[in-house]
Amino acid sequence: MALKQTTGQRVRVTVAAWVVGFLIFFPILWMFLTSFKTEGDAYAIPPKFLFFPWTTENYVEVQSRVDYFAHALNSIVLSVGANLVGLAFAIPAAWSMSFAPTKRTKDLLMWMLSTKMMPASGVFMAVYFLFLQAHLLDSRWGVGFLLMMANLPIIVWMLYTYFKEIPVDILEAARMDGASLANEIIYVLTPMAVPGIASTMLLAIILSWNEAFWTLNLTNVTAAPLTNMIASFSSPEGDFWALLSAASVLAIAPILILGWFSQRQLVRGLTFGAVK
Amino acid sequence: MATQQTTTAGRLLVAPSVIVLFLWMIVPLAMTIYFSTLNYNLLNPESRSFIGIGNYLDFLTDPDFIGALVNTLILVASVLVLSVVGGIFVALLMDQPIYGQNFVRVMVIAPFFVMPTVSALIWKNMLMNPVSGLFAWVSHVLGLPVIDWFTSCPMLAVILIVTWQWLPFASLILLTALQSLDEEQKEAATLDGAKAANYFIYIVLPHIARAVTVVVLIETIFLLNVFAEIRVTTNGGEATTNIPFRIFELATNANDVGGAAAGGIVAVVLANIVAVFLVRMIGKNLES
Repeated sequence: MALKQTTGQRVRVTVAAWVVGFLIFFPILWMFLTSFKTEGDAYAIPPKFLFFPWTTENYVEVQSRVDYFAHALNSIVLSVGANLVGLAFAIPAAWSMSFAPTKRTKDLLMWMLSTKMMPASGVFMAVYFLFLQAHLLDSRWGVGFLLMMANLPIIVWMLYTYFKEIPVDILEAARMDGASLANEIIYVLTPMAVPGIASTMLLAIILSWNEAFWTLNLTNVTAAPLTNMIASFSSPEGDFWALLSAASVLAIAPILILGWFSQRQLVRGLTFGAVK
Repeated sequence: MATQQTTTAGRLLVAPSVIVLFLWMIVPLAMTIYFSTLNYNLLNPESRSFIGIGNYLDFLTDPDFIGALVNTLILVASVLVLSVVGGIFVALLMDQPIYGQNFVRVMVIAPFFVMPTVSALIWKNMLMNPVSGLFAWVSHVLGLPVIDWFTSCPMLAVILIVTWQWLPFASLILLTALQSLDEEQKEAATLDGAKAANYFIYIVLPHIARAVTVVVLIETIFLLNVFAEIRVTTNGGEATTNIPFRIFELATNANDVGGAAAGGIVAVVLANIVAVFLVRMIGKNLES
């Protein structure tokens, strides 16, 4: 709605947009500030916004109270590991569907998407039962598998939309020159596909990192990622706001930074290419 | 371009993904259907027996289920309305030629990357706490009554938290759609002297209608599955227990495998009603 605007109008709209942006962002800022307070200052009324003795003791305390590093390691292993395996399945599939489509490719893609519609709560009982029998409860392998399956359709879809944009002519030229299938993939396709693969991986990691149904229900100690560590602060006796804030900042910071880099891919990935 | 050779190779390359997804879909689903016909309690596993649709009748006639269904619908509908209307507003504001647009964008999208357990606990404690929370202090300063969110209106509190998580998504998608509105069309509208309201109704809304539909459908899929926010704030209760939480309760507190499985199938059916529309929308897009 870019109607003709004077500088005055532009300043007014800018102020409005900044205020709205600030309000939306505020809970995160508030959490960040609180993480540097003492518990006493965290509960203070009126609230202390900037003028309080800043302390980093909460960040030290987090490690000793809930073993942050163990949970962070689980988050990293699960979100990176699950999606690397996912990529290993998805890259060949997406490659073949974009460059050698058959009559059934479209149906296949839609079917893959439809598996994503199955609610986790719907099959919870069966998965729980299977995991109980197979001793996979609270194991990285078990929950990693679930995270992989939950993202696989999205990964295939995103890669498909990226691979689609690679010019086919260049592949045909390679074929004319007698390049084998393997060479075609290694020397021609891979360099052009890397940016798309990286974006896909980024979004997939974000989704896995924040997944909070399977990770809350099927992990406990050994395999528990950061979502679960934060949930442990919900117990009534655990009213430590400054500590909770520090733990939360540590839990979301890596993914917030990754997320800011991947905003554009986010739109594309989460709408399955329907909005570009 | 699909020669015989590439077609065969293609099948081989697609097969692994298809097979794992198929197993992942069919095995738990078949098991869930099977369990849902059994009277099967984990505390008394020897006495399991076939009871047909008994679990469904129990689940569907259980007042707790009706309550959970109503709660699910309230939660999904409220968050959809708030996030889409709010998202249109935020997107329109951000689409203006403003100073520091990228910075505003970074602030607006941030909540989407916050894991559900973090956002729920931050809101519940530091913002909504009736004694030391920031909202209580703001109400106090403005001379308004202090709201004890999780005692007097727990569902509203959960709705606000979940809306905060999804408003950024709606805003971002709708902004992307707005930005693809032709610059020339924008110019033409200005020259025609179209009033802002008319311009919004006749040009902007039809243009973003498709994006709005996509937002509604995708959010619905996720909102039908809201779990962590309820688990760490109210941990259930009459006012906020939704279907995923009810299934979780049946499975873990009551150890009622059959009941939870029947509830699961109900959830699958609900999700599929939405899925049919979504798949059709995206399928159309594939052709264009």
